[in-house]
Amino acid sequence: MSDATPQAPRKSSSLLSVDTQTQKRNSAENRFKNYGLIAVMAGLLALVILLTSILNNGLSSFQQSFVTIEVELPEAKLDKSGTRDLTVMSKVTTFGYAPLLTAAMQAVIEENGVEIEGLTKKEIGGFVSKDSAAQLRDFVLANPEVVGTTQSFTFLANGRIDGYYKGRVTAASAELDKNVSPAQLQLADALLDAGVLTNGFNTGFFTKGDASGQRPEAAGLGVAILGSLYMMIVVLCLALPIGVAASIYLEEFAAKNRFTDLIEVNIANLAAVPSIVFGILGLAIFINFAGLPQSAPIVGGLVLTLMTLPTIIIATRASLKSVPPSIRQAALGIGASKMQSVFHHVLPLAAPGILTGTIIGLAQALGETAPLLLIGMVAFVKEFPGAPPEGFFDPASALPVQVFNWTQRSDPAFVERASGAIIVLLVFLILMNAIAVLLRRRFERRW
Amino acid sequence: MNNMLMSEKKLETTQTKISAKDVNVYYGDTHAIKDVNVEIPEKTVTAFIGPSGCGKSTFLRCINRMNDTIDVCRVTGDILLDAEDIYDKRVDPVQLRAKVGMVFQKPNPFPKSIYDNVAYGPRIHGLAKTKAEIDEIVEKSLRRGAIWDEVKDRLHAPGTGLSGGQQQRLCIARAVATEPEVLLMDEPCSALDPIATAQVEELIDDLRSRYSVVIVTHSMQQAARVSQKTAFFHLGNLVEFGDTSDIFTNPSDSRTESYITGRIG
Ligand SMILES: Nc1ncnc2c1ncn2[C@@H]1O[C@H](COP(=O)(O)OP(=O)(O)OP(=O)(O)O)[C@@H](O)[C@H]1O
Ligand SMILES: [Mg+2]
Repeated sequence: MSDATPQAPRKSSSLLSVDTQTQKRNSAENRFKNYGLIAVMAGLLALVILLTSILNNGLSSFQQSFVTIEVELPEAKLDKSGTRDLTVMSKVTTFGYAPLLTAAMQAVIEENGVEIEGLTKKEIGGFVSKDSAAQLRDFVLANPEVVGTTQSFTFLANGRIDGYYKGRVTAASAELDKNVSPAQLQLADALLDAGVLTNGFNTGFFTKGDASGQRPEAAGLGVAILGSLYMMIVVLCLALPIGVAASIYLEEFAAKNRFTDLIEVNIANLAAVPSIVFGILGLAIFINFAGLPQSAPIVGGLVLTLMTLPTIIIATRASLKSVPPSIRQAALGIGASKMQSVFHHVLPLAAPGILTGTIIGLAQALGETAPLLLIGMVAFVKEFPGAPPEGFFDPASALPVQVFNWTQRSDPAFVERASGAIIVLLVFLILMNAIAVLLRRRFERRW
Repeated sequence: MNNMLMSEKKLETTQTKISAKDVNVYYGDTHAIKDVNVEIPEKTVTAFIGPSGCGKSTFLRCINRMNDTIDVCRVTGDILLDAEDIYDKRVDPVQLRAKVGMVFQKPNPFPKSIYDNVAYGPRIHGLAKTKAEIDEIVEKSLRRGAIWDEVKDRLHAPGTGLSGGQQQRLCIARAVATEPEVLLMDEPCSALDPIATAQVEELIDDLRSRYSVVIVTHSMQQAARVSQKTAFFHLGNLVEFGDTSDIFTNPSDSRTESYITGRIG
């Protein structure tokens, strides 16, 4: 019928040639794609720079110089009474042990026939870490029977010697440094040849507590890792059940009215509150009001729980919402109660989303520093917290706070340690995110 | 259209199972059901027909109080099941829904195994104690859902992996597994092919010997084939209610006639 009305003859164009309109659209599309690509590249570049700088600075912290020497433990110096009575023996301080180390070092130098000009006795004693005397004393007090014998020990080398093998210290810089002399560096090279000085994996970095500013070589992340772990346990045990229960109530049971709207808006707002505010809140409530101890993982965990809750609630509500209503109807339709419908059908379907949200919340909490500073977790902690549950109340550190702490110190060796700690933190974060992805893959279901 | 295949089905009883008195339903300000009075007899298939949006589903949902789950929905009037008011304050809708089962328009199996789909109802209502008893209920229900032969070898495969028509029959099996007294079906065949539809219709006819079945349908032929009573809704009003044969051969209202002859709707 339409044939009857004469139509303006449409210009027939070949599909093989592109018309101007299409050309314009295509070039606009290409431009947009390129902008996107540039944005992604810029992001990637920043990431690569960040990672290389951290890895460059930090990887060396996993390596450490050790000195293995035979130390004579004379009874005359360590236990004058000869009774092996610990109360008497502990009267000998680390100053009493230091000369033994110097003597042992001197012995090993002579034994290997090393001769270095201008090497003073003090420099020989200072070759090993200042921590070594304490290490020796601890060992002797723990094993009093070794007094009077000669034992082989592996000590940390002085931080500057350690730095020498990481390129941080050179003969030129040693000239100006009062902590190390060029002669000591020569000695290090000679002892390395003799096999007395070795460079190996730094297990102490993971097992030791923090150390004072003069002995960076002895500083480790052990207390921080344990403290972070304790806090994560507290956060997981509190934030997950509270968050999930709150979300289920709000999403499935609560009537939709002004009041619940208000709650919803406030939860969304809470997620955006700067974390330091939670720190102030924690200080006021948990420490000043409830009287919990400062620097304790329990307080850190509670503060981080407050901070993580909104994240978990938002993620949980989103995944509850994404469960199709037909599932709820199906359950209600065959006579399941609301609670049965939620717990038997809705929650299992929402679980992957909830788990992912929880892990992301935990990862966020793991990397959080500001609120912990306010509740005193920045303190210098050398001692490990005890086993749970009492350990939750002992002072501890946390990974990000330890990083913060180390970057504040003057010795450049701590910059290396801080970067190493960042690597450890990043590895934990990547692991947690990988677990989140795995869980999501594993439990994801279609309906 | 008036001379459709009409099976000569006699009503076995005249006892009333469900009776609605002056039922009004509002969604906020929308008046969806207006003063509906109807008596649905026992052991009969009752068809609800009418144009889209006339309130068939809404009225159906009143009978098992699924409307309670819609926040804006408000129901007035009385609906009696065996002479008991189901909107009485003392009535627990959960208990009611065990008695009044429902099959939805869109198949909605649980994302669990076929077996668990059917076993869920009997489990939560404590209809079976042992595994053997549940097995028996599952098999019986799947047979009554006309799907047993297709799934008997993969009872532990997910119910969502079935085809649309199979899923719908699974949902019917799930609904009958709880042994309801009334079965509400909202366009149960809209996702099914003619063969599966025929199976479901046969099943509905079967179910009639034990339950009251209320079915919403857009197919006049289906209403004529399976039902003994028909209710015609139009714009929220129950225009006509009577024996199916009367409605289709001799409608008393002009709107009914126009609808079933295809002039409105
Ligand atoms: N959840 C709801 N909220 C608000 N209004 C609703 C809701 N459900 C239904 N309605 C309204 O109630 C009226 C009746 O809807 P209903 O779903 O009962 O129609 P129906 O007869 O089942 O239609 P169809 O044949 O298309 O399924 C419609 O006007 C619809 O817009
Ligand atoms: Mg409908």
